[in-house]
Amino acid sequence: MTSIKGIAASNGIAIAKAYRMEAPDLSFDKKEIESPEQEVERFQSALATSKNELEKIKDHALKTLGEEKAEIFSAHLLVLSDPELIQPIEDKIKTENVNAEAALNETANMFIDLFKNMDNEYMRERAADIQDVTKRVMAHLLNVTFPDPALIDEEVVIIAEDLTPSDTAQLNKQFVKGFTTDIGGRTSHSAIMARSLEIPAVVGTKEVTATINKDDMVIVDGIAGEVIVHPTDEQIETYKQKQAQYEEKKQEWAKLKDEPTVTADNKHVELVANIGTPDDVDGVINNGGEGVGLYRTEFLYMGKNQLPTEEEQFEAYKAVLEGVGSDKPVVVRTLDIGGDKELDYLDLPDEMNPFLGFRAIRLCLERDDIFRTQLRALLRASVYGNLKIMFPMIATLGEFRQAKAILLEEKEKLQSEGTEVSEAIEVGMMVEIPATAVIAKQFAKEVDFFSIGTNDLIQYTMAADRMNERVSYLYQPYNPAILNLINNVIEAAHAEGKWAGMCGEMAGDEIAIPILLGLGLDEFSMSATSILPARTQILSLSQEEMISYKEEILSMDTAEDVVEFVKSKTGQK
Amino acid sequence: MVEQTMTITSEDGVHARPATVLVQTAGQYKADVNLEYNGKSVNLKSIMGIMSLGIPSGAEVKITAEGTDEEEALNGVADAMKKENLGE
Repeated sequence: MTSIKGIAASNGIAIAKAYRMEAPDLSFDKKEIESPEQEVERFQSALATSKNELEKIKDHALKTLGEEKAEIFSAHLLVLSDPELIQPIEDKIKTENVNAEAALNETANMFIDLFKNMDNEYMRERAADIQDVTKRVMAHLLNVTFPDPALIDEEVVIIAEDLTPSDTAQLNKQFVKGFTTDIGGRTSHSAIMARSLEIPAVVGTKEVTATINKDDMVIVDGIAGEVIVHPTDEQIETYKQKQAQYEEKKQEWAKLKDEPTVTADNKHVELVANIGTPDDVDGVINNGGEGVGLYRTEFLYMGKNQLPTEEEQFEAYKAVLEGVGSDKPVVVRTLDIGGDKELDYLDLPDEMNPFLGFRAIRLCLERDDIFRTQLRALLRASVYGNLKIMFPMIATLGEFRQAKAILLEEKEKLQSEGTEVSEAIEVGMMVEIPATAVIAKQFAKEVDFFSIGTNDLIQYTMAADRMNERVSYLYQPYNPAILNLINNVIEAAHAEGKWAGMCGEMAGDEIAIPILLGLGLDEFSMSATSILPARTQILSLSQEEMISYKEEILSMDTAEDVVEFVKSKTGQK
Repeated sequence: MVEQTMTITSEDGVHARPATVLVQTAGQYKADVNLEYNGKSVNLKSIMGIMSLGIPSGAEVKITAEGTDEEEALNGVADAMKKENLGE
């Protein structure tokens, strides 16, 4: 039995065999062979197995991702049937007496180079497709496993260095019971995806890929942030009980699904969810969300070769607005790309400090063609529900005014074309940059609402890269500096009769919730799975009592003091 | 041998999706089907061949077919191009 500590990224307990998701070793030696006929046969068999797998992946993609995303696998299959690829490989085996690995590698590389050198960005990217499919054939020639999360058909826990958004999108919840990674934190994409898929996850363990072998029995405790390898029978029993207790608790929470969120002294606050795609709406409803506080639209732009069209976006926004229900608020954040979230097809230059660079609204104001398409899609969808729009990474009032002016221009254009647009759209901004929190008073006069993005607000205020584990101790949500900035924003909003929400991880945190209640936060937006636990906690708290602690907390010296104080007042361990 | 000249009308030129359909269509016939663009001729049953031409919007391409079912092959491919809004 080995126990590995990590960061609890998504609640729940998973007990299953390990499935290692890693790039296999595809190195080989070029050899002379004796029987070219046998070698050609070996090649054809690897080819057939690969095609078979791709067919399965294509079927899976058709069911889970839709026809458009599945299309890419049809193209991959054609590559494996391409006479211009297959014939030269077989000829090479026969005439040069080389092994299939060498013949495949040399022929495929010729094509990959050809595509890489084309002067068209789209065609250059096709080189990656050819690489992808030939790697699969190579893996079969070498008898090593090529990991395909979509093909998993037994209960497993995934072990990986990190998971990309597209990896996580392929996971089938029926079989993938949980995952654990070497890198990442509570706010990395893999963690956020795990919570939206509602599967347990422990990230940032530094060592799971080094310690855990294929098929090892593994327990992932996403509540305590612990991974247990080769558990004893007793441990499995204990964790099965914990799992059952957690399920029971979930059922307790579920009873509050349709209840309003009120404090013990009968004050209502809004509990809403963070989502990434229209598919997440079911999770919001099932977890009793009172709306959507943050719809991250960048997923519409990721994992494809070109910008999404206005029509595609319109359909997605409409689906979310209708899915959530016409009376419930849906706060959509306009494109927040750049920084750690790249889009290959935009061909943006690498930056020294991407988090401080050309991203989000900065990019949208310069590339207003991209921005306008998104705004038009949003405006057209606005008639299907209660839409609110917010701009990310606003640093100056000038940027907010400019973004809002573009929005109004597009609105006017649509209306003059005879398209119906809602007149009730609120327009707000994210507070992530300390500069805006400091002069929130000035901003409050012009925005309809604030939504405080704590993940970035903390990293910018503390000057600590949230992807850098060595400075992760500076990620301090309860630091009095952060709390004072948040207080400033809420007070500024209320002075102008506006509302203030929060859409970072902090909004669902059980230490932060009592503090935020005391500061007067109006809206808490969190992962859907955090909503019911948060509602349970809020029911037991008195807002009046929390307000009485406000001044004391704001003048504390350190984050540790704050945590200790809140725990002592709320009876948390 | 039969042949037909067509103009690529799709805004994105010959992208992966329509190319996939063309190759699948050409593959249904016995005849050799080739596509010629800019002086280069490729096997239309080869996805990489056709993609390697990087055919842009507005390009003129010549499709040729030779074999027992050449007429059907040429018509089939031309129909697929129209159906995919790829060319006319």
